[in-house]
Order: sequence, then structure tokens, then C-alpha cells
Amino acid sequence: MEHSVEYAHATGLLGSVWLLVAIPLVSAAILLLLGRRADRWGHWLGVASVGAIFVLGLSYFFSLRGLENRSVELSLWDFIAVGDLHVDFGLLFDPLAAVFVLLITGVGFLIHLYAVGYMSHDAGRRKFFGFFNLFVAAMLLLVLGNNYVMLYVGWEGVGLASYLLISFWQDRPSAATAGKKAFLMNRVGDAGLAIAIFIMFATLGSTQFADVFNGAGALQSGTVLAIGLLLLLGAAGKSGQFPLQAWLPDAMEGPTPVSALIHAATMVTAGVYLIARSNPIFSLDPTLQTVVVSVGALTLLMGCIIGAAKDDIKRVLAWSTVSQIGYMFLGVGLGGGAYALAIIHLLAHGFFKANMFLGAGSVMHGMQDQVDIRRFGGLAKYMKITWITFGLGWLAIIGMWPFSGFFTKEPIIVEAFARGDWTAWLYGGAALLGAGLTAFYMTRLFVLTFHGPKRWTEDIAHPHESPLIMTVPLILLGLGSVVAGGLMATPVASWLTPVLGHGEHHEPVLSHTVITVLSLGLTVLGAGLAWLLFRNGTALVEQPAGPVVRAARRNLYTDAFNEAVFEKPGIFLTRALVFLDNRGIDGLVNALAAAVGGGSGRLRRLQTGFVRSYAMSILTGAVLVVAAFLAVQLGWLA
Amino acid sequence: MSDFPFLSVLTVAPLVGALVVVFLPASRGELAKRIALGWSLAVLVLSVFMWIAFEAGGDRLQLRESYSWIPRWGVNFTFAADGIALVMLMLIALLVPLVILASWHDAEKSKRSVPVYFALLLFLECTMIGVFAAADVFLFYVFFEVMLVPMYFLIGSYGGHQRQYAAVKFFLYSLVGGLFMLAAVIGLWVVGGKTFDWQALTQIDISTGTERWLFLGFFLAFAIKAPFFPFHTWLPDAGGAAPAGAAALLVGVLDKVGTFGILRYCLPLFPEASKWFAPYAIALALIGIIYAALLAVGQNDLKRLVSYTSIAHFGFIGIGLFAFTTQAGTGAVLYMVNHGLATGLLFLVVGMLVARRGSALITDFGGAGKLVPLLAGVLFFAGLASLALPGTAPFISEFLVLIGTYTVNKPVAIIATAGIILAAAYVLWMVQRTTQGTLNPALSGVEAMRKDLSVREKVVVAPLIALLLLLGFYPKPVTDVINPAVQATMEQDLGKQDPAPTVGTVQEAHR
Repeated sequence: MEHSVEYAHATGLLGSVWLLVAIPLVSAAILLLLGRRADRWGHWLGVASVGAIFVLGLSYFFSLRGLENRSVELSLWDFIAVGDLHVDFGLLFDPLAAVFVLLITGVGFLIHLYAVGYMSHDAGRRKFFGFFNLFVAAMLLLVLGNNYVMLYVGWEGVGLASYLLISFWQDRPSAATAGKKAFLMNRVGDAGLAIAIFIMFATLGSTQFADVFNGAGALQSGTVLAIGLLLLLGAAGKSGQFPLQAWLPDAMEGPTPVSALIHAATMVTAGVYLIARSNPIFSLDPTLQTVVVSVGALTLLMGCIIGAAKDDIKRVLAWSTVSQIGYMFLGVGLGGGAYALAIIHLLAHGFFKANMFLGAGSVMHGMQDQVDIRRFGGLAKYMKITWITFGLGWLAIIGMWPFSGFFTKEPIIVEAFARGDWTAWLYGGAALLGAGLTAFYMTRLFVLTFHGPKRWTEDIAHPHESPLIMTVPLILLGLGSVVAGGLMATPVASWLTPVLGHGEHHEPVLSHTVITVLSLGLTVLGAGLAWLLFRNGTALVEQPAGPVVRAARRNLYTDAFNEAVFEKPGIFLTRALVFLDNRGIDGLVNALAAAVGGGSGRLRRLQTGFVRSYAMSILTGAVLVVAAFLAVQLGWLA
Repeated sequence: MSDFPFLSVLTVAPLVGALVVVFLPASRGELAKRIALGWSLAVLVLSVFMWIAFEAGGDRLQLRESYSWIPRWGVNFTFAADGIALVMLMLIALLVPLVILASWHDAEKSKRSVPVYFALLLFLECTMIGVFAAADVFLFYVFFEVMLVPMYFLIGSYGGHQRQYAAVKFFLYSLVGGLFMLAAVIGLWVVGGKTFDWQALTQIDISTGTERWLFLGFFLAFAIKAPFFPFHTWLPDAGGAAPAGAAALLVGVLDKVGTFGILRYCLPLFPEASKWFAPYAIALALIGIIYAALLAVGQNDLKRLVSYTSIAHFGFIGIGLFAFTTQAGTGAVLYMVNHGLATGLLFLVVGMLVARRGSALITDFGGAGKLVPLLAGVLFFAGLASLALPGTAPFISEFLVLIGTYTVNKPVAIIATAGIILAAAYVLWMVQRTTQGTLNPALSGVEAMRKDLSVREKVVVAPLIALLLLLGFYPKPVTDVINPAVQATMEQDLGKQDPAPTVGTVQEAHR
């Protein structure tokens, strides 16, 4: 990094940028503390608070445009100040933060509005909006923090909100379990992020963005790699990327607006934000970038393959989210100009994916909460608005010209082909293949839901279109799915230059035109194939299939792997330790006491049964002590 | 204002209150409760004045008072507080009235005298304040031992299942530790020129061998009290059997005497031995973090589960104490305060659940959130604080311990960080099995389980929740008091400097 990172002090209107976090937070507190007293109007407060910060966000955005430096910092108070460690409770409003603020508040507002209708029959609607507002506050803190600790606070805050909302219907055991799984897998990533922060402090003496980015160049290459990989671990956890992807599809247990806002449009893209924000670190090390690219490429293909084998409308969408974020990781991993491309794809994805999730919710609303696409069919006639808006989202995600995705996904594929060596073919090929597969499984979803013969369960006579409060957000997001990508592509790229830098331009190994033709061709091929296969519907129960489909149905055995390697041994270890602690260590002490006290009868009784467990516990204890001591010593020598 | 003898008055006041309450007839239970509550609130008010009188960043030991006791042996009633003792005294003064309020009906179930129960709580407060306020080693030892008596009776007379066994075990463990300390105290008196004055004793020179033996005597007592692995097995029994309020004080305050003792006595009095033993102590602490967390996951008794989580938390404190950096040390002390608030809350809430259900077994619950949503919500919040979620106070302390430790010992910090994943596992699994999922049919049959938090219970939990949030976002008032005391221990007593950033260009550029 030749240029040094400096942020101006926030003045004027921008001095009140903290309101973005405070308003939804206060609203959440009111909703949760007032209890039933707020049941009648609570949801409107929730909507209004997000609407208000959207307007505020817009005005901050325009004041930022007028500034020369386009980055302002606001230190609110000393958060942690001990010895040489100084952590600001501070915010940073710059072009990258600004686009996230607009996405979160804009799309967030529409989804809040939709949720008023979607949750109207739920007794817990006020609580729902409390959690929803809490999420918005935490998410804004995440993207507005001016140092890694602030980011971490927001990072775990959104994790909490996500947990609360996934397990919102917590009397369902599956929802409670899914929430817990999400939180735990995220904590694995969070631990990585935490250690990255420790390294920054130990080496650079600061966790402020400006200090870290300015000092990163002086770090040893091993340190850069370590920080980068740990940040990547955190990012993978939050964004459902390999190897921490398993929680995201299960998160669909939450109400559909949650899936749209948190598990599609905003929170799950936080990993992309983290890497883009940390671009001065990632750009330092090509190996690091290759790891990010590989994670992205692998995950985007996994998502496609698994998505093609699922029959639950929300799970297909969830896997498509995993896959699309894979494209974004691919982008931020490629670095240079592709940082901005990933962010642009992220924004466009926010629109079309939120649109499709809300569309799915609308379908479920009209079909008595049915989620099985084998039980849909022919809905186009009954839900015209949902059909059209979902259709626009579908065209956008498969990257059909002139819809949103075409302008945002295509450039990432081109950049993948522009890596300087043979890996261009590998990653470019994966991205291209992904485009074809995406077209296939999304078309399958679309056709099975809205076209072909009706395969409804008997209890459904007349599926109905959703009320206005749900369809208006759908229409607006549908419009976004058409135009957002094309409108944003160029201006957003130059808007983000102060943060993400100018990318050097490399020529792709194939010409731009050839790549476009190939990707459009594959898209049409995938979509056409799916249309042919599924236009007449599908079997109502799972059919026997070959090994690939079987594997895809079981999430490529990743869940089975986690269970066999972590869960089962973990449970065994826990049980063994509980046994040893009760019988072994404690029993040993009791036996000693009995011996001293002369209760020989009791002693004999104790001993005969448990000699083996004493031996085991002494052994275990000794091994533990030696191992821990070695770890400590190792640390002191290093 | 600072001339007021705060520390001696604070120590004696609860004792007077205990004497007033204990002589009430057993039939005047209601009056006893009111007097005890009023008395403990008065202590709280007085300690707030003490907080104001204390000068953060001033002399290391402040509010010093000394009265002659046994001149022949050089024993004095010497009281003084540094920032570390101050925050612990505040914690005690805050927790005791809340515990009294939370235990309002606990004693009635035991068939024993209600006034005695509340007298014991006040007597316990006296000994707890004394042990943190003492600046005379002998006086400290006396309070350290006397403290066992009220707790023994609280567990043994008013506890639940297996209370006798648990009380005796608690007493014996502590007594054995206390005997080691007594030997070391006498040894210290001999080599230290026949004085028990803490400040005088920090100045003496001791030969290496003697120093290590004396260190071990103190350390063993403190490691049992804290407790550290492998001296921990008394705590789950005691915590499981004690009435919830007493359990909250047991893990919230009493156990902190162990970690406080290490910081106040082991490190300043035996600096070289402390450095020599540090790797061993850290190894034990590190095992505690992982081992106790795994055990917490496997528990089926709410109170035992919380006890195990505390052992894991004490592991973090232990690492922080022996890493010898300002951040880790300050984090450890802050952890002591925050853990008192968070686990205190957790124990009190668990107590409210157990009192309703008549059982502490997790399998006797299930889906309780449907019946008592507010109580379930507070349990969840206490759990979040316990897993150190950012935004709650324990996050700050855990973060400080880990980041401070990382600068001197990477593997230890990294292994300890794995503990935060396990913390999420034991908290969330406990919450799920207790309050979420399908409603346990046996639960809905219990009349008391239909009553959500009462006004009294809300008054108990609200201040703790508010403090946990406040200190989670703005810990500075507390860290500013702790930091100078910790810095003095690290720099003056131990001669340790924080390592400079290895690259450090940033810092220099900024200065």
C-alpha cells in the first residue's frame, strides 16, 4: 500500500451517523421491554424505525458525495483502554460502509413492511419486530465500526439476532436445534476472527482500521497469511462458505422474512464485507488470495449441485445463496478490480434474492405453508404478481441479459479467466460451469412452482395472492431485480475506488466476447434442459437415483462428516469426562478421606468398584497436565 | 470524606445487623427479612460513598486504617483497599441485598429458623468484606477461615439434596487449604521480621527456596478456593446443594477470594516464585477452561452445570493473573467482577426456576419458555452474559484476558479461545433443553410453573441486567479503577513490562 489510509473527522450532518445504530436499537428495546402493551402498534414502530434510518442513510450518502475525502470517522467514547490497548467506540462512514447502509436499510425496510403482512397471524409479531430491529442495529454496527473490535461486536450481535430469529418458533425442536447449530458454527468462525484481532494487537499495537491497514505492509509474510486465513475462517462462518456452510440451509427454519433479510440479502454477505474491508491485508499475499478464490469456487459449485437435488423451495434458495456468495468470495479473492465487482454482485443479489425469498413466502402464504416444490405447479394463474416478480428474480439470478445478474456475475467470470496463469482456466471454468448449473436448478425451481400441472395436496382449493402490504415490496424488489445490476455496475465501481483501489487490468485468457457467448449459451442450455425435464411436473416422492444425486440430496455428505468427526466424538468425550470426574477424581479424594478417617469398610467398597476408573482418571489427568504444560512452555519459548 | 473509616465500618455494620436479626424469634421471619434487606441496602449506600471517596489513579492503597490487636505478635486490625479490592467490595455490597431479596421465601421451605438464615447472610457479608478489606496478613487469614462458617451452615442447614455431604466436603476442602496457608502465614511472619503488615512484607527479601514453599502454601489455599483443576470437585456439589442465593454468593464472591488472594498475596509477596510457578499455574487454568466446559455440556442438573461453567471461567481468570501483562491482569480482575454479576444472575434465575419446579434436573423441564416467557428470557440473557457475548460486560474481560495473554503466549491464548466455542455449546444447549422445544407435559401440571416473574423477582434481576449491559458498552469507570492497581502489581512487584508491538510502526507514527 503506497497511499496511507486517513479518515477525516465527521462534522455537520455526518456527525450524527450514530443514529443509524441507535434508532433501531432503541426501537428494539421498546418493543422487547414494553411487552404485550405494544402488541397493537409494535410492528409499525419496527417498520418506521427502519424507514427513518433509510432516509437518514440517504442523506448521509449525499453529504458524503460532497466531501473530497469521502471518508469520515466518528469516535464516540473510549471503549476499551488498558495499557497500550486503545479501542474506540467509533464509527467509519466511507463509500463501502455507505453502500451497505443503503442496502441494509433499503431492502430491510421493504422486508419489514412485508413482514407486517406475513406475520399478521402470529401472536409473537411484536417480539419478532423487536428481534428484527435488533438485527438491523447490529448489522449496521458491523459495517460502520471503525476498528476490528467494533466489527466483532456487530459480528456477534448479528449472530445473536440470527439465532433468535431462526429459533423464533422455538417450540419446534427443529427450529431450536437449527438456531443453536447456526450460533455454534458461527462461533467457530468468530474464534478465528478473534485470534486475528489478537495478532493485529500483538504485532501492530492497534485494532483500528487505519492503523492496521497502514501497518500491514510492514508485517512479516507469515503474519499476513495467518491474519488473512483467520479472517477468512470468520468470513466463511458468517457467509456459509466451505467448510462452515452446513448451518445456512437449516437456518430456513426461521420465518421467511428472516431468510430474506438475514440469510440472503445482508448478514450472510458480511463475510464478503470483511474481506473487502480488509483488502489492504488480502492484497498483500497471492497465496492468501488463492485460498479465498478456491473457497469461493468450491462453494459455488457445491451450492449448485446440492441446490439441484432439493425439493424444499426455501432450501433450494438457501443453497443458491451459498452458491452466489461463492461467486462473491471468488471476486474478493481475485482482488484488484474484482473487489468492487463482488460488492456490486452482492448488492444486486440483495435485491433479487430478497425478492425471491419473499416470493417464496408469498407462495407459502397462499398454499398453507407448503414448502415442497413437488406439491406446487400451475401457480402462475393464481398468483400473478408473485409469479411475475419471482420470474424477474429468476431471470436475474441466472444472469440472463438484460437482467441484473447479467451485469454483475458476468464480470466476475471474466475476471476469473484473467488470472495470470493456468489457474485462469480452473477458476474461470468453475465460474462458467456454475452459471450453467445455476440456470438449471433455478429454472427447475421456477417451473415446478409456477408452471406445469397442479400437484397440490387435497386441502388446497384456491391458492390466493398475498395482500398488498406483501405484494408492494415484491413489486419494488422485482423492479430492482431488473435494473439494479445494470444501473449500478459502473457508478458503484468508481464510487468504491477510494476504499478498494484501482484494479490493474489483466487480459482474460479467452476474449470477453467468447466468455459472454459461452456463459449465455450455458445459461440457455441449463435453463432449457430444466424446462424440458420439468415442464410436465415431477414425481411426488423421492425417486431412486445415481450416486451423484444421492450425495447431493445428503448435502455431499458434509453433515455426515461433521457428525462423525465432531459431534459423536464430542458427545463421547463429554460423557467419559463426566464419568471420570464423578468417579475418578472425586472418588479418589473421597477414598483418601475415608482412609484417613479410618472407615475401612467404606473404603473397600469404594475401591473395589472404581480402581480402574481411578487409574483412568489419574492417567487422563497426568496426560492433560503434561500436554497443557507443554503448550504453555512452547508459548514462552516462541 | 476520605477520612471516614469506611472499611472498618463496612465490615462491622453487617455483623451488627446479623446480631440484631439472629435474636429475633423464629416467628418474626417477615421482620427479619425486612431488617436484613434494609441493613444490606444501607451497606450498599455507604459503599457507594466509599467508591466516590476512592481516588482512581491515586495512592495504591487507600482508605487505610490500623488498630492494635495483639501487639506481642505484631497483629493489627489493618484495613486498606486498592482498586482491585474496591471493585470486589462494591460487588459484594450490590449482590447481598439482591440475594436477600431473591431468597425471600427460600428459608421457609427448610423448617429451620427464618431469621437465622438472614442473619447468616449478613454475617457472611461481614466476613466477605473483611477478607477483601484486610491489609494485615493475619487478619486476612482469620476472615478467610471464618468465612467458611456461615457458608457451611447456609449449605448444610438450608440446602437441597445431599446438603450435608456437600457442606462437609466444602468445609474440609477449604480447611485443608487454609491449613497450608496458616503454615505459610507463620513462615512468612518468621522470615519477614515478625510483622503481618502487608505493605511491610512486600519489602522483605526471602531466599529462593523459602519463597517457593511459602508461595505454594498460599497458592494451594487459593487454588482450592478458586477452584482450579484438579481441586474443583467440591464446587459442583456445594453449588448444586446450596440454596440459590447462597450459591450466587459462593461462586460470585467467595471463590473470588482465591483469585484475589493470588493477586494480592502470591504475586506481590513472592514475585520470583510467582514467575517460577506461572507456567504450572497457567497449565492448570488452561485445563480448567476446556475440561470444565466439556463437563458443563454433559450435566443434567442446572445448578451443577452453572458451577462447572464457573470453573471454566476461573480458568480464564487464572490465565489472566499469570500472564503478567496489564491487559490480561486488568481483564482478570474485571472478569472477577463481571463473573460475579453474570453468574450471580444465572444462579438466581436458575434458583427461580428450580423453586417453581421443585427440581433442578434439566430433564424435568423442557419447553418452559411457553409457560414463563419472561423468566426464560432472563435465563437466556444470563446465559449470553455467561458466554461473553459482546455487548455484555463479560465480553470485555474475556477479550482483555485473551488479547493480553496472546502478546506473551500464543498457544495458551489460542487454546483458551476454543473455550468460547464450548461456552456457546453449554449455554445454548442448556437453554434449549430447559426452555425451548415441545412443552414437557409434566411441567404444565406444576401450578407454580404458570407464574412468570413476580415484581420482587423483577427487582432482583433488573439491576444486574442493567449493569451487565452498561459495563458491556462502557467499562471505563471500572477499568480505570482496576488498571493502576494491576499495573503496580505487574511493574513494581513483578518487574514486568508489557511487550511492545513486534512491528509497531503504527504506534510510533501516532505518538
